[in-house]
Amino acid sequence: MRLTLKIWRQENASAQGALQTYDLDGISADMSFLEMLDVLNEKLQGEGQEPVAFDHDCREGICGTCSLMINGEAHGPEVTTTCQLHMRSFNDGDTITIEPWRADAFPVVRDLIVDRSAFDRIIQSGGFISANTGSAPEANSVPAPRDKAMRAFNVATCIGCGACVAACPNGSASLFMGAKITHLGELPQGQPERYSRVVDMVAQHDHEGFGGCTNIGECASACPKEIPLDVISQLNKDLRDAMRMGL
Amino acid sequence: MASTVDVSGNTVLTTPPNQQSDDAHGYYTLGEKIADTKAPAGPIKDRWTTHKMNNRLVNPANRRKLDVIIVGTGLAGGAAAATLGEAGYNVKSFCYQDSPRRAHSIAAQGGINAAKNYKEDGDSTYRLFYDTVKGGDYRSRESNVYRLAEVSANIIDQCVAQGVPFAREYGGLLDNRSFGGVQVSRTFYARGQTGQQLLIGAYQAMERQVAAGTVTQYTRHEMLELIIVDGKARGIIARDMVTGAIETHLADVVVLASGGYGNVFFLSTNAMGSNVTAAWRAHRKGAYMANPCYTQIHPTCIPVSGDHQSKLTLMSESLRNDGRIWVPKKAEDCTKDPRDIPEEDRDYYLERIYPSFGNLVPRDIASRQAKNVCDEGRGVGPMVGDFRRGVYLDFADAIKRLGEDAVREKYDNLFDMYERITGENPYEVPMRIYPAVHYVMGGLWVDYDLQSNIDGLFVTGEANFSDHGANRLGASALMQGLADGYFVLPNTIREYLADGPFDAIDESHPEVVAARTEVEDRIQKFLSINGTRTVDSYHKELGNIMWEYCGMERTEDGLRKAIDMIRELKADFWSNVKVLGTADSLNQSLEKAGRVADFLELGELMCIDALNRRESCGGHFRAESQTEDGEALRHDDEFAYVAAWEFGGEGGQPVLHKEDLVYTAIEMKQRSYK
Repeated sequence: MRLTLKIWRQENASAQGALQTYDLDGISADMSFLEMLDVLNEKLQGEGQEPVAFDHDCREGICGTCSLMINGEAHGPEVTTTCQLHMRSFNDGDTITIEPWRADAFPVVRDLIVDRSAFDRIIQSGGFISANTGSAPEANSVPAPRDKAMRAFNVATCIGCGACVAACPNGSASLFMGAKITHLGELPQGQPERYSRVVDMVAQHDHEGFGGCTNIGECASACPKEIPLDVISQLNKDLRDAMRMGL
Repeated sequence: MASTVDVSGNTVLTTPPNQQSDDAHGYYTLGEKIADTKAPAGPIKDRWTTHKMNNRLVNPANRRKLDVIIVGTGLAGGAAAATLGEAGYNVKSFCYQDSPRRAHSIAAQGGINAAKNYKEDGDSTYRLFYDTVKGGDYRSRESNVYRLAEVSANIIDQCVAQGVPFAREYGGLLDNRSFGGVQVSRTFYARGQTGQQLLIGAYQAMERQVAAGTVTQYTRHEMLELIIVDGKARGIIARDMVTGAIETHLADVVVLASGGYGNVFFLSTNAMGSNVTAAWRAHRKGAYMANPCYTQIHPTCIPVSGDHQSKLTLMSESLRNDGRIWVPKKAEDCTKDPRDIPEEDRDYYLERIYPSFGNLVPRDIASRQAKNVCDEGRGVGPMVGDFRRGVYLDFADAIKRLGEDAVREKYDNLFDMYERITGENPYEVPMRIYPAVHYVMGGLWVDYDLQSNIDGLFVTGEANFSDHGANRLGASALMQGLADGYFVLPNTIREYLADGPFDAIDESHPEVVAARTEVEDRIQKFLSINGTRTVDSYHKELGNIMWEYCGMERTEDGLRKAIDMIRELKADFWSNVKVLGTADSLNQSLEKAGRVADFLELGELMCIDALNRRESCGGHFRAESQTEDGEALRHDDEFAYVAAWEFGGEGGQPVLHKEDLVYTAIEMKQRSYK
């Protein structure tokens, strides 16, 4: 198939960026979206132009490195990561606009690459269970109800890609945060720090410049791992309980 | 063939005993034998306990004065950073990804082994040890493997305490499943995302230490050189991949947890960025590279669909628990809809050849048999080259037996992934799978303390060579990574650090300046060649050579040919590669150029190692060494050793150091899964 690509090019964090147009031919429906960009980059280099910088690594939908707003949608038209999106989702002759994640808290580094280190700092503020190596009790000494463990797992599948933030009109990371709070809060091991965790993570989230949740739900529909919106309710509930405790 | 091996050192015979010919003659020189001098003696079950006891301690007040560099944040590196941080050392952690959470351990699917014997099916530390040594085809070190089995149960305890959401039974206790190469259920799992969940556990533990100030993380940083001062590893040169700044980081000890080098094949299940550079730079500075030819070709991957392919995707081996592997009996059926092929015309070849293990034979065997049936012309799926490279993995029986919901609960994400990539629904049509490069058992040589032959350079996880022999069993990579990171390294590194802090050095030290200059010169070289071919085109060509001649089946002629081809390709690379952009900006072509340059050198060494090892063992199958019915044939009299290669200098020949493998707690046998 033949495509017209409009791609955001930006030299570095402080430079002015702009959309540039490229024509690309010979794309097959079996290629992944990133393989299509590989083809473009080989072509650009052949013509002496610098390739488009984009983040990607595992290319199997689990590391969370790839991003991209594709025609205005985070990770494009399917419920999956950009690396698992295939060109069979597009048609011959399409024009595709490709931009980086858009959020104040995710500054552009170059072209389509953004800085998501704010997510690491949110985890540092409390997204863990304090259990030093060597101090753990026998694994089966604390049973965890199966339904709760399954819910914990389902939300722990968050890959930290940032699509939720990019999709949110308010640039909120509430879905990301809610997923972690729900994951750890559903498990018996997560109870001792449950309420200090939510308070600390929310404070860090706000400090990083993410917006508040306005219940629009774009985040959950953009999430490639289908993290449900109710993790934000869980977050708010835990936060309310923490406030009542005076934390 | 006559054999006049070049000799380096004076302890070597010019005609080694039991060696009638030497394929690798002329490609290497033979060095002195080496031994793991740290390996403890005594009953195997007491060795680790005794060794831990004998290793010296570091006073808690001194730990914060000791700087530890850890390169890589996968299971081995992330777990080590967290644990050493908790202990109070001053840790600097480096990764090329934008967050430690993205290291490629995250992609491991199936599970993690541990000898908990929760199923009461006869498992024990000894049985896990036995299975792992046997699975590795008697080419691993028994003391190391026993230790691995011994700490496996602690890993599960630790992960559960961190909140890793393993699968559970209705009563709330942990569930297990079985995996290839064994007959007990000892694999703990979190659906098909076990690696992700374990890595996030390690990552969160590490981030907690970042907040506590004991760990400093350097993301988007790539190690490009090792600094050695007075014979000790004392730091690294790293490039900030955003600004291009070349940075010097000094420390008392350096740990490489930089993963495996499967991407030497270009197409593999590794992440696009996975590379050998950290390990290879250390190798060039004197660290031995052990058994580099031991590569694991995983049997259940989604087949290649065309030339554009940039990577291969694994389908967890756990699928072999319920899926049945088959191809048509008749070649003319290969293009039919598989659902229309009646039962009697299907060849469930693994069940036929290996009745006791069936579809659960170890990975190397499952892969080679898939290759054999495709080579016979009975493969399925699209033609790639002259063959259809695919076999069916069929869930129809499992869906009938367990119901679609039960199958969905176990494998949902894998089935989804398959459908997304191939456009076919595996609940209705059998999956097509084919082997792909997945893991490397080879790596930097380490002793029992996980220290390389360079003082103060430790190597953990897939980057080292020690635990899996010639073939790794499923669900054992996660076990080894976390064993090294949480429980082994923290107990061995203290013996070394007890002598620290070492003499302060600064950035003006001649060795530091030299290392830095080397890095800067190399970068300038890449940018100045200004040839006509892209880095990727070289990488692809190298990958094709490696897959063709150093893949599932290796021959003397093929390997010789490959070595010549790689040498030519390397020469061409250094005169004709084109790297655009600048050194002082984010430049992905420049990053790749450095990695591919190192892969070219590694590829040659892998072929030399494969040429030298004139036996078949585990993932290394030499066509010249097979039984009458086509099974791998080992030669324990000649090759029961670790091949540790010393860098022979620019343009020089590598030097082979042999470490004899001695088994006292287990008898060496030819593997049989029939």
